[in-house]
Amino acid sequence: MERTEAELIAAVLKGDAASFEPLVQKYSPRVFATARRYARRESEIEDIAQEVWLKAFSKLASFRGEAPFEHWLMRMTVRTCYDFLRGHQRNRESSFSELSEPETDWLERFVADPGSAAEDADAAKLLVGRVLEKLSPAARLVITLLEIEDRSVKEIAGLTGWSVPLVKVRAFRARGEMRKILAKMAKDKYL
Amino acid sequence: MNLGELHGKLIAAARADAPGGHVPYAFEKRVTALLASRVAPDSVALWVQGLWRAAVSCVALTLLLGAWAVFNPVAGTTTADDLSQNFESTLLASVDQNDQVQ
Repeated sequence: MERTEAELIAAVLKGDAASFEPLVQKYSPRVFATARRYARRESEIEDIAQEVWLKAFSKLASFRGEAPFEHWLMRMTVRTCYDFLRGHQRNRESSFSELSEPETDWLERFVADPGSAAEDADAAKLLVGRVLEKLSPAARLVITLLEIEDRSVKEIAGLTGWSVPLVKVRAFRARGEMRKILAKMAKDKYL
Repeated sequence: MNLGELHGKLIAAARADAPGGHVPYAFEKRVTALLASRVAPDSVALWVQGLWRAAVSCVALTLLLGAWAVFNPVAGTTTADDLSQNFESTLLASVDQNDQVQ
Protein backbone atom coordinates (compact mmCIF):
# COMPACT_ATOMS: atom_id res chain seq x y z
CA MET A 1 0.00 0.00 0.00
CA GLU A 2 1.29 3.45 -0.90
CA ARG A 3 2.08 5.63 2.10
CA THR A 4 0.64 9.11 2.40
CA GLU A 5 2.78 12.23 2.40
CA ALA A 6 2.21 12.74 6.13
CA GLU A 7 3.33 9.16 6.83
CA LEU A 8 6.45 9.60 4.71
CA ILE A 9 7.34 12.85 6.48
CA ALA A 10 6.77 11.27 9.90
CA ALA A 11 9.02 8.35 8.92
CA VAL A 12 11.79 10.71 7.76
CA LEU A 13 11.55 12.63 11.01
CA LYS A 14 11.97 9.35 12.91
CA GLY A 15 15.26 8.77 11.07
CA ASP A 16 14.21 6.78 8.00
CA ALA A 17 15.96 8.81 5.29
CA ALA A 18 14.85 6.37 2.57
CA SER A 19 11.25 7.56 3.03
CA PHE A 20 12.35 10.90 1.64
CA GLU A 21 12.90 9.41 -1.83
CA PRO A 22 9.22 9.20 -2.87
CA LEU A 23 8.82 12.89 -1.95
CA VAL A 24 11.85 13.82 -4.06
CA GLN A 25 10.49 11.77 -6.94
CA LYS A 26 7.02 13.33 -6.75
CA TYR A 27 7.97 16.99 -6.45
CA SER A 28 11.24 17.25 -8.36
CA PRO A 29 9.52 18.15 -11.68
CA ARG A 30 8.07 21.29 -10.04
CA VAL A 31 11.36 22.17 -8.40
CA PHE A 32 13.22 21.78 -11.71
CA ALA A 33 10.60 23.77 -13.66
CA THR A 34 10.92 26.63 -11.16
CA ALA A 35 14.72 26.52 -11.18
CA ARG A 36 14.70 26.67 -15.00
CA ARG A 37 13.03 30.08 -14.78
CA TYR A 38 16.11 31.51 -13.08
CA ALA A 39 19.10 29.50 -14.29
CA ARG A 40 20.11 28.56 -17.81
CA ARG A 41 22.73 25.85 -17.52
CA GLU A 42 21.50 22.37 -16.62
CA SER A 43 24.34 21.96 -14.10
CA GLU A 44 23.20 25.11 -12.28
CA ILE A 45 19.57 23.97 -12.38
CA GLU A 46 20.53 20.61 -10.88
CA ASP A 47 22.60 22.32 -8.18
CA ILE A 48 19.60 24.48 -7.22
CA ALA A 49 17.28 21.46 -7.11
CA GLN A 50 19.77 19.50 -5.02
CA GLU A 51 20.16 22.38 -2.59
CA VAL A 52 16.38 22.69 -2.28
CA TRP A 53 16.07 19.02 -1.33
CA LEU A 54 18.97 19.14 1.12
CA LYS A 55 17.41 22.18 2.80
CA ALA A 56 13.99 20.51 2.80
CA PHE A 57 15.47 17.45 4.50
CA SER A 58 17.34 19.40 7.15
CA LYS A 59 14.38 21.70 7.88
CA LEU A 60 11.66 19.07 7.67
CA ALA A 61 11.05 19.31 11.41
CA SER A 62 9.86 22.90 10.86
CA PHE A 63 7.10 21.67 8.49
CA ARG A 64 3.97 21.71 10.63
CA GLY A 65 1.58 20.26 8.09
CA GLU A 66 -0.80 23.23 8.27
CA ALA A 67 -0.29 23.97 4.56
CA PRO A 68 0.40 21.32 1.88
CA PHE A 69 3.98 20.07 1.68
CA GLU A 70 4.16 21.33 -1.91
CA HIS A 71 3.56 24.95 -0.82
CA TRP A 72 6.24 24.69 1.86
CA LEU A 73 8.64 23.20 -0.69
CA MET A 74 7.90 25.85 -3.31
CA ARG A 75 8.65 28.60 -0.79
CA MET A 76 12.02 26.97 -0.21
CA THR A 77 12.57 26.61 -3.96
CA VAL A 78 11.81 30.26 -4.72
CA ARG A 79 14.09 31.43 -1.89
CA THR A 80 16.89 29.15 -3.08
CA CYS A 81 16.48 30.52 -6.63
CA TYR A 82 16.67 34.07 -5.26
CA ASP A 83 19.89 33.20 -3.41
CA PHE A 84 21.22 31.75 -6.66
CA LEU A 85 20.38 34.97 -8.55
CA ARG A 86 22.13 37.05 -5.89
CA GLY A 87 25.23 34.91 -6.22
CA HIS A 88 25.30 34.85 -10.05
CA GLN A 89 24.96 38.36 -11.40
CA ARG A 90 27.59 37.86 -14.11
CA ASN A 91 25.50 38.76 -17.19
CA ARG A 92 24.07 42.05 -16.02
CA GLU A 93 26.74 44.25 -17.55
CA SER A 94 26.83 42.87 -21.10
CA SER A 95 25.76 45.10 -23.98
CA PHE A 96 22.79 44.69 -26.33
CA SER A 97 25.08 45.23 -29.32
CA GLU A 98 25.90 41.49 -29.03
CA LEU A 99 22.37 40.42 -30.05
CA SER A 100 22.20 37.43 -32.38
CA GLU A 101 20.90 37.79 -35.92
CA PRO A 102 17.45 36.27 -35.24
CA GLU A 103 17.05 38.56 -32.20
CA THR A 104 17.99 41.62 -34.25
CA ASP A 105 15.59 40.53 -37.02
CA TRP A 106 12.77 40.08 -34.52
CA LEU A 107 13.44 43.54 -33.06
CA GLU A 108 13.51 45.10 -36.51
CA ARG A 109 10.22 43.41 -37.38
CA PHE A 110 8.79 44.76 -34.13
CA VAL A 111 9.98 48.30 -34.93
CA ALA A 112 8.53 48.14 -38.45
CA ASP A 113 5.23 46.58 -37.42
CA PRO A 114 4.72 45.49 -33.79
CA GLY A 115 1.91 43.14 -34.79
CA SER A 116 4.15 41.13 -37.12
CA ALA A 117 6.67 40.19 -34.43
CA ALA A 118 5.33 36.89 -33.07
CA GLU A 119 5.52 36.32 -29.30
CA ASP A 120 6.14 32.61 -29.69
CA ALA A 121 9.17 33.09 -31.93
CA ASP A 122 12.40 31.58 -30.63
CA ALA A 123 14.12 34.94 -31.08
CA ALA A 124 11.59 36.63 -28.76
CA LYS A 125 12.22 33.93 -26.13
CA LEU A 126 15.97 34.45 -26.39
CA LEU A 127 15.54 38.19 -26.18
CA VAL A 128 13.34 38.10 -23.09
CA GLY A 129 15.88 35.77 -21.43
CA ARG A 130 18.58 38.30 -22.20
CA VAL A 131 16.51 41.18 -20.78
CA LEU A 132 15.65 39.22 -17.61
CA GLU A 133 19.33 38.43 -17.06
CA LYS A 134 20.04 42.16 -16.87
CA LEU A 135 17.53 42.76 -14.08
CA SER A 136 18.61 42.86 -10.44
CA PRO A 137 17.81 39.62 -8.55
CA ALA A 138 14.83 41.11 -6.71
CA ALA A 139 13.44 42.68 -9.90
CA ARG A 140 13.84 39.45 -11.85
CA LEU A 141 12.10 37.45 -9.15
CA VAL A 142 9.17 39.88 -8.97
CA ILE A 143 8.76 40.19 -12.76
CA THR A 144 8.89 36.40 -13.11
CA LEU A 145 6.37 35.72 -10.37
CA LEU A 146 4.06 38.65 -10.99
CA GLU A 147 4.03 39.06 -14.76
CA ILE A 148 5.23 35.78 -16.22
CA GLU A 149 3.70 33.33 -13.75
CA ASP A 150 0.77 35.68 -13.11
CA ARG A 151 0.77 35.27 -9.33
CA SER A 152 -0.92 37.65 -6.91
CA VAL A 153 1.01 40.04 -4.67
CA LYS A 154 -0.13 38.05 -1.63
CA GLU A 155 1.11 34.79 -3.13
CA ILE A 156 4.47 36.39 -3.91
CA ALA A 157 4.70 37.66 -0.35
CA GLY A 158 4.12 34.10 0.88
CA LEU A 159 6.68 32.61 -1.48
CA THR A 160 9.44 35.14 -0.92
CA GLY A 161 8.91 35.94 2.75
CA TRP A 162 8.63 39.66 1.89
CA SER A 163 5.75 41.77 3.21
CA VAL A 164 2.91 42.73 0.85
CA PRO A 165 3.96 46.43 0.75
CA LEU A 166 7.56 45.39 0.02
CA VAL A 167 6.41 43.21 -2.90
CA LYS A 168 4.45 46.19 -4.27
CA VAL A 169 7.44 48.51 -3.94
CA ARG A 170 9.75 45.97 -5.55
CA ALA A 171 7.26 45.34 -8.37
CA PHE A 172 7.11 49.09 -9.07
CA ARG A 173 10.90 49.34 -9.10
CA ALA A 174 11.22 46.17 -11.20
CA ARG A 175 8.96 47.56 -13.91
CA GLY A 176 11.02 50.77 -13.92
CA GLU A 177 14.21 48.75 -14.15
CA MET A 178 12.82 46.73 -17.06
CA ARG A 179 11.72 49.92 -18.85
CA LYS A 180 15.26 51.29 -18.49
CA ILE A 181 16.77 48.09 -19.88
CA LEU A 182 14.42 48.13 -22.87
CA ALA A 183 15.23 51.80 -23.48
CA LYS A 184 18.94 50.98 -23.36
CA MET A 185 18.40 48.12 -25.78
CA ALA A 186 16.61 50.44 -28.19
CA LYS A 187 19.38 53.02 -27.83
CA ASP A 188 22.22 50.48 -28.30
CA LYS A 189 20.56 49.06 -31.38
CA TYR A 190 19.13 52.06 -33.14
CA LEU A 191 21.24 55.07 -32.20
CA MET B 1 9.94 52.19 -30.52
CA ASN B 2 6.96 51.67 -28.24
CA LEU B 3 8.63 50.35 -25.07
CA GLY B 4 5.35 49.52 -23.34
CA GLU B 5 4.28 47.33 -26.22
CA LEU B 6 7.72 45.73 -26.42
CA HIS B 7 7.51 44.96 -22.70
CA GLY B 8 4.13 43.30 -23.24
CA LYS B 9 5.41 41.28 -26.21
CA LEU B 10 8.46 40.04 -24.32
CA ILE B 11 6.44 39.07 -21.27
CA ALA B 12 4.02 37.21 -23.56
CA ALA B 13 7.03 35.46 -25.14
CA ALA B 14 8.25 34.41 -21.68
CA ARG B 15 4.77 33.11 -20.79
CA ALA B 16 4.66 31.09 -24.01
CA ASP B 17 8.00 29.54 -23.08
CA ALA B 18 7.02 27.74 -19.87
CA PRO B 19 10.01 25.67 -18.69
CA GLY B 20 9.66 21.91 -18.58
CA GLY B 21 9.88 19.82 -15.44
CA HIS B 22 12.30 17.27 -16.83
CA VAL B 23 14.27 15.63 -14.03
CA PRO B 24 17.70 14.09 -14.72
CA TYR B 25 17.88 10.31 -14.59
CA ALA B 26 18.01 8.87 -11.03
CA PHE B 27 18.10 12.33 -9.46
CA GLU B 28 16.08 11.16 -6.45
CA LYS B 29 18.54 8.26 -5.91
CA ARG B 30 21.44 10.73 -5.91
CA VAL B 31 19.72 13.00 -3.40
CA THR B 32 18.91 10.07 -1.11
CA ALA B 33 22.48 8.76 -1.35
CA LEU B 34 23.81 12.22 -0.53
CA LEU B 35 21.55 12.42 2.51
CA ALA B 36 22.59 8.95 3.65
CA SER B 37 26.27 9.85 3.31
CA ARG B 38 25.77 12.69 5.72
CA VAL B 39 26.16 10.50 8.79
CA ALA B 40 24.02 11.53 11.73
CA PRO B 41 26.22 12.95 14.53
CA ASP B 42 27.08 10.31 17.16
CA SER B 43 26.21 11.78 20.58
CA VAL B 44 28.83 9.65 22.42
CA ALA B 45 31.56 10.75 20.01
CA LEU B 46 30.51 14.37 20.47
CA TRP B 47 30.64 13.94 24.27
CA VAL B 48 34.10 12.33 24.13
CA GLN B 49 35.34 15.05 21.81
CA GLY B 50 34.03 17.69 24.23
CA LEU B 51 35.75 15.98 27.16
CA TRP B 52 39.06 15.85 25.32
CA ARG B 53 38.81 19.53 24.50
CA ALA B 54 38.04 20.33 28.12
CA ALA B 55 41.00 18.21 29.30
CA VAL B 56 43.41 19.94 26.93
CA SER B 57 42.13 23.34 28.08
CA CYS B 58 42.61 22.36 31.74
CA VAL B 59 46.19 21.15 31.14
CA ALA B 60 47.03 24.33 29.25
CA LEU B 61 45.56 26.47 32.03
CA THR B 62 47.49 24.52 34.69
CA LEU B 63 50.75 24.94 32.80
CA LEU B 64 50.12 28.65 32.35
CA LEU B 65 49.33 29.19 36.02
CA GLY B 66 52.34 27.08 37.02
CA ALA B 67 54.65 29.09 34.80
CA TRP B 68 53.17 32.31 36.11
CA ALA B 69 53.66 31.22 39.73
CA VAL B 70 57.30 30.24 39.12
CA PHE B 71 58.44 33.11 36.92
CA ASN B 72 56.38 35.98 38.22
CA PRO B 73 56.30 35.95 42.05
CA VAL B 74 54.22 38.79 43.41
CA ALA B 75 56.09 41.24 45.69
CA GLY B 76 55.60 40.54 49.40
CA THR B 77 55.09 36.82 49.07
CA THR B 78 57.64 34.30 50.17
CA THR B 79 60.45 33.06 47.97
CA ALA B 80 61.37 29.39 47.78
CA ASP B 81 63.97 29.77 50.62
CA ASP B 82 61.50 31.63 52.87
CA LEU B 83 58.96 28.97 52.20
CA SER B 84 61.25 26.17 53.32
CA GLN B 85 62.21 28.10 56.49
CA ASN B 86 58.60 28.84 57.32
CA PHE B 87 57.71 25.23 56.73
CA GLU B 88 60.50 24.07 59.05
CA SER B 89 59.64 26.48 61.85
CA THR B 90 55.96 25.56 61.61
CA LEU B 91 56.77 21.90 61.71
CA LEU B 92 59.13 22.29 64.65
CA ALA B 93 57.03 24.88 66.50
CA SER B 94 55.83 22.38 69.10
CA VAL B 95 59.39 21.16 69.74
CA ASP B 96 60.60 24.77 70.17
CA GLN B 97 57.76 25.48 72.62
CA ASN B 98 58.66 22.41 74.65
CA ASP B 99 62.32 23.55 74.78
CA GLN B 100 61.29 27.01 76.01
CA VAL B 101 59.02 25.58 78.73
CA GLN B 102 61.78 23.36 80.03
